[in-house]
Amino acid sequence: MELWFTENHTDNVKFSIKINRQLVSKESRYQRIDVFDTYEFGRILTLDGFLMLTEKDEFIYHEMITHVPMAVNPDIKRVLVIGAGDGGTVRELVRYKTIEHIDMVEIDKEVVEVSQEYLPFTASGLSDSRVNIHYADGLKFVRSRENEYDLIIVDSTDPFGPGESLFTREFYGNCYKALTDNGILINQHESPYYNQDAKAMKNAHGRIKSSFPVAMVYQMHIPTYPSGHWLFGFASKGIQPVKDVDFDRWNSLLINTKYYNTDIHKGAFLLPNYVKKMLNE
Amino acid sequence: MKEYTQKDAPLYEAMINQRENPIVHLDVPGHKGGRGNKELRDFIGKECMRMDVNSMKALDNLCHPISVIKKAQELAAQAFGAKEAFFVVNGTTAAVQYMIMTACKDGDKIIMPRNVHRSAINALVVTGAIPVYVNPGTNKKLGIPLGMSVEDVKKAMDENPDAKAVLVNNPTYYGICSNLEEIVKLAHKRNMMVLVDEAHGTHFYFGENMPPSAMSAGADMAAVSLHKTGGSLTQSSLLLIGENVNGGYVHQIINLTQTTSASYLLMVSLDLARKNLYLNGREMFKKTVDYADYAREEINKLGGYYAYGEELINGNDIYDFDRTKLSVHTLDIGLAGIEVYDLLRDDYGIQIELGDLGNILAIVSAGDRELEIERFISALSEIKRLHGKKPTGLFDHEYINPTVIASPKVAFYSEKEKLPINESSGHVCTEFVMCYPPGIPILAPGEMITDEIVEYIRYAKEKGCSLTGTEDLKIENINVLK
Repeated sequence: MELWFTENHTDNVKFSIKINRQLVSKESRYQRIDVFDTYEFGRILTLDGFLMLTEKDEFIYHEMITHVPMAVNPDIKRVLVIGAGDGGTVRELVRYKTIEHIDMVEIDKEVVEVSQEYLPFTASGLSDSRVNIHYADGLKFVRSRENEYDLIIVDSTDPFGPGESLFTREFYGNCYKALTDNGILINQHESPYYNQDAKAMKNAHGRIKSSFPVAMVYQMHIPTYPSGHWLFGFASKGIQPVKDVDFDRWNSLLINTKYYNTDIHKGAFLLPNYVKKMLNE
Repeated sequence: MKEYTQKDAPLYEAMINQRENPIVHLDVPGHKGGRGNKELRDFIGKECMRMDVNSMKALDNLCHPISVIKKAQELAAQAFGAKEAFFVVNGTTAAVQYMIMTACKDGDKIIMPRNVHRSAINALVVTGAIPVYVNPGTNKKLGIPLGMSVEDVKKAMDENPDAKAVLVNNPTYYGICSNLEEIVKLAHKRNMMVLVDEAHGTHFYFGENMPPSAMSAGADMAAVSLHKTGGSLTQSSLLLIGENVNGGYVHQIINLTQTTSASYLLMVSLDLARKNLYLNGREMFKKTVDYADYAREEINKLGGYYAYGEELINGNDIYDFDRTKLSVHTLDIGLAGIEVYDLLRDDYGIQIELGDLGNILAIVSAGDRELEIERFISALSEIKRLHGKKPTGLFDHEYINPTVIASPKVAFYSEKEKLPINESSGHVCTEFVMCYPPGIPILAPGEMITDEIVEYIRYAKEKGCSLTGTEDLKIENINVLK
């Protein structure tokens, strides 16, 4: 018997992973949640049939979404994480002793429950005493906050589904308001490669640019995401992500990482010409 | 013929049957199921084109319904608690006109609030009926027209005992209701008909804890825009009649101007919307009210904005309030409603129903999701943060009682001449001058232009109100009786 998980990366491109067995499948109020054991990528989580993470390459995503802003401003004390029900982002954040408070806002409680049961490798950080989990709509949560966070990380699904509102101009504007003067917004920024992803990427960039004086993107390689070429957004009220960063200070923290290092940090903001062109369109 | 219940949709079922048993079409429409216009077919869909058919034996005929359309209309009548229901495919504008044409002949008087929809005044041009206007109250703070107070209606009836009918706009666009039950009692005592423009009131028939519907209040006729909040296709509508109205005569009136090629897409949408409303309406409108109440609460927390609701009720010209309506007063953040309306669309990709000088109105329905509601609230929060400024003075309007010199029909068809507005005092106007806000006509055909009115127009223009209605799009000249 052969069992395969297949995700359409476009209408004409498929990506398939051979499944060993299915561990759980449930329909929450918001989406379908599945966890599989695979031969190549270890345990994987899918939402509505879209691959969210694999045991084998999640470290790239979670390290790059957290250590980049933490290196830019190691004095970050209060963090808001939106989405991220699998816990991987929080797992990286709690490695910083200097962070005092983390609010995690996930709309779907069942994603967190499934992760806690089946994905201990990412969910491990959720039990840290500094972490407060709120099961709420991200857009609504951030609306009433003002000057409260040094860092907001938007670890969302694609803009087609429960994550839709996290790609809107009003959301980015509300984030601006919720951030302190030194605040940083990091967001899952889709991919520049396939047309549909690229369109979402350009839209998101345009909207962030209209709310933040500094709006840049950085890239990394995530083998199991469509095309493998993936972007995160970096936005702030003034802080630049490479210039003025004290990289020695981060290195002195001696945080052991598998993907991130300060050279990658600098290089990640150097973009291919076709991506630069898209961002300027 | 089969016995139908509210779980059926007779016209829909006949159309399904027709689709499953295709026949050769050597009749209209000439697109022949889309083969004759492929670009349109690809755009709106194959099924849509295939179901765009002409009347035929199996599908009945709206001009003279005897089978499935008749049954569908009977089910609609039952669902809405009416004696009879008529499918209307020329818009609720047509349904309002059918009511007035049924009640009034040339020269008959009809009592109506000054803020009626222009379709009603247009019907006066067609029929020759003479309007007796009642001042709708105005909320000074919000700048919106209200309902008619019972006292004012009674006064108009006493002064015009020969009037044939009263037209009530219930609810208004902004969700304001008049005391319909009392107006019906007063009118019936005087042998006047009560016609209700219920364009925004479909949900009153199906939701819980709603203001009374026209039929439940005992009104004689009601024009219900099923497409607005009831889920049928745009332009489809229902005309309802009560016990004392002659259905055969209404049918004749309808046939004077209604198309002989009624769209089956529109009609089947009425049939299915009725079924859905009957079976699920209560739940749908509960969800709508919950969304609107939630949004009101959250918007009022933002500060500056005022999303108004039931607290406006005063037992008089705000006898009741339609909680499904989500109106927000914006002037206190220093922005006109129309400015917020434009920002929502241009910067946030959110299209709302209207913006006037002081308010915006969003239409919420069971078709919405939390996403849309949250986006709307958050966008308002952002607009306040980024664009809010110190409030400026509001346009202050006093109701000017119109002097009707000639019937709208006579004025409209008479010889006329064009005059600059500021030289027009003392002449009889032959066209409309509308002013938003508050959306009450300043002049209608057949009315005397006075110094007070000329001054009012000048003031409204200066305050940035939107003026419409005259042939001269710049509203500098006006047509008057020669």
